[in-house]
Amino acid sequence: MSTQKDIKISVKNLDFFYGKDQALFNISIDFVANNVTALIGPSGCGKSTLLRTLNRMNDIIPGTRVKGDVIFDNENIYGPKIDVVKLRRRIGMVFQRPNPFPKTIFNDVAYGLKINGMKNRTEIRDRVEHSLKSAAVWDEVQTRLNQSALGLSGGQQQRVCIARALAIEPEIILMDEPASALDPIATQKIEELIVELKQKYTIIIVTHNMQQAARVSDTTAFFYIGKLIETGQTDIMFTRPKLKQTEDYITGRFG
Amino acid sequence: MKIETRRQIYEFLGLFVIRLSMLIIVASMVLILGFIVYRGIGVISWEFLTQQPTDSMTRGGIFPAIVGTFYLVLGAITVSFPLGVCSAIYLNEYAGNGRVIRIVRFGINSLAGIPSVVFGLFGLAVFVVYFGFGSSILSGSLTLGLLILPVIIGASEEALKAVPMTYREASLALGATKWQTIKNVVLPAALPGILTGSILGVGRAAGETAPIMFTAAAFYTRILPRSIFDEVMALPYHIYVLATAGTHISQTRPIQYGTALVLISLVLGVNTIAIVLRARLRKRHR
Repeated sequence: MSTQKDIKISVKNLDFFYGKDQALFNISIDFVANNVTALIGPSGCGKSTLLRTLNRMNDIIPGTRVKGDVIFDNENIYGPKIDVVKLRRRIGMVFQRPNPFPKTIFNDVAYGLKINGMKNRTEIRDRVEHSLKSAAVWDEVQTRLNQSALGLSGGQQQRVCIARALAIEPEIILMDEPASALDPIATQKIEELIVELKQKYTIIIVTHNMQQAARVSDTTAFFYIGKLIETGQTDIMFTRPKLKQTEDYITGRFG
Repeated sequence: MKIETRRQIYEFLGLFVIRLSMLIIVASMVLILGFIVYRGIGVISWEFLTQQPTDSMTRGGIFPAIVGTFYLVLGAITVSFPLGVCSAIYLNEYAGNGRVIRIVRFGINSLAGIPSVVFGLFGLAVFVVYFGFGSSILSGSLTLGLLILPVIIGASEEALKAVPMTYREASLALGATKWQTIKNVVLPAALPGILTGSILGVGRAAGETAPIMFTAAAFYTRILPRSIFDEVMALPYHIYVLATAGTHISQTRPIQYGTALVLISLVLGVNTIAIVLRARLRKRHR
């Protein structure tokens, strides 16, 4: 329990449906500010679905339906007054596969700034540079900002995508298995970056990699077939989980 | 062992059929092209391309027909490109898959299957007579525009569909509105495909005879068009006229083939531009 800590975003009694299929059952979970929370569980357990409910990314999938509340800044993000576009400016997202735009690296990172109305070129240039530095990829791309990001390695592409998310200065960053398509060295860089970023951001990460969850996260939440089974401080979850099911999954006995 | 040999026979037969089909297609293409080039190349000259027809169209050039086809095609694409691309964006990005939309889609696909002479009659009834545009570049362009509209919508929709969902997600996740996403990310990525499809539509429009027969094409005009309300000569109609309606059908045979050669070269030229353009745009986006 982390009641005395600052809660950044809070899910309350959330059900989620793809058409008639229910994917999430009565999920309630708080995400602490400037913490890394890892969502773990076997494939199809609903962890990515939950992640995508937090910035309403599931809205773009036809036939989906949400019941329950997600409280962010004292407001339910599924409430009628919420502007989804503004919400997504405050809650950034990094996807499973690096998905740079078919633009130059500079324009890729600047995209979020430009669509949000930033016009001053020096300001844009500074923010792009700063974001790429924060994403620990500046040294590798600074000489090729006018080339396509598609020519970079997967790990570099993913860090450019993180820089792109950082550029618009969100408060929360959602990461959907951000290193699952990367080799071990690139993965390590992303993990170091995540730990670095939590100084400024609240990070929620979906991962299949138990060691990764143990290494980067402060809190871990274990999901199984659409239900939140157990959540707690990561070191405790990985050493003395309350439930046998959690222990079995973490130690690799199933899943 | 037995099974092994049977497999090999099947393998051989399968490959043989595929190769044969390929060969037949290539051979017929070469044959048609070769025939037209062989029969038509003799009349091609600078004069043929730049002069008026003379002596009841048995001599002289086809310049007015080239100009007419150019105007008609330009008009058609001006009408149908914006309309077609916008409809494709609506269908693919906004419309969803409701019942009405499915019917609309079915309608568009059916439009592609309507014989072109029906478009010609429609153009005659609506543009020439009802709107009073007369037989003119305007009527012909609108009719041809309608004819190629399904081509452009289809190509644009395919191109939009081929844009990875991850681009849209990445853009939306950065707080872009749907329209910003379409304008800045989806359309640029789809542009090569949209342009290719549209230019193929141009080729189609350039070659059609029936739609312009009642709406735009003149048997013979000495003057070049001065406004969009003028009648024009056009290459496909010129071939049709020389080959069927003239009094010197066999005498003008070389001119018919020459005109066909010019028409085919123009269409091939336009298609080549499409391919080069697509390759360039793709390179810029990779």
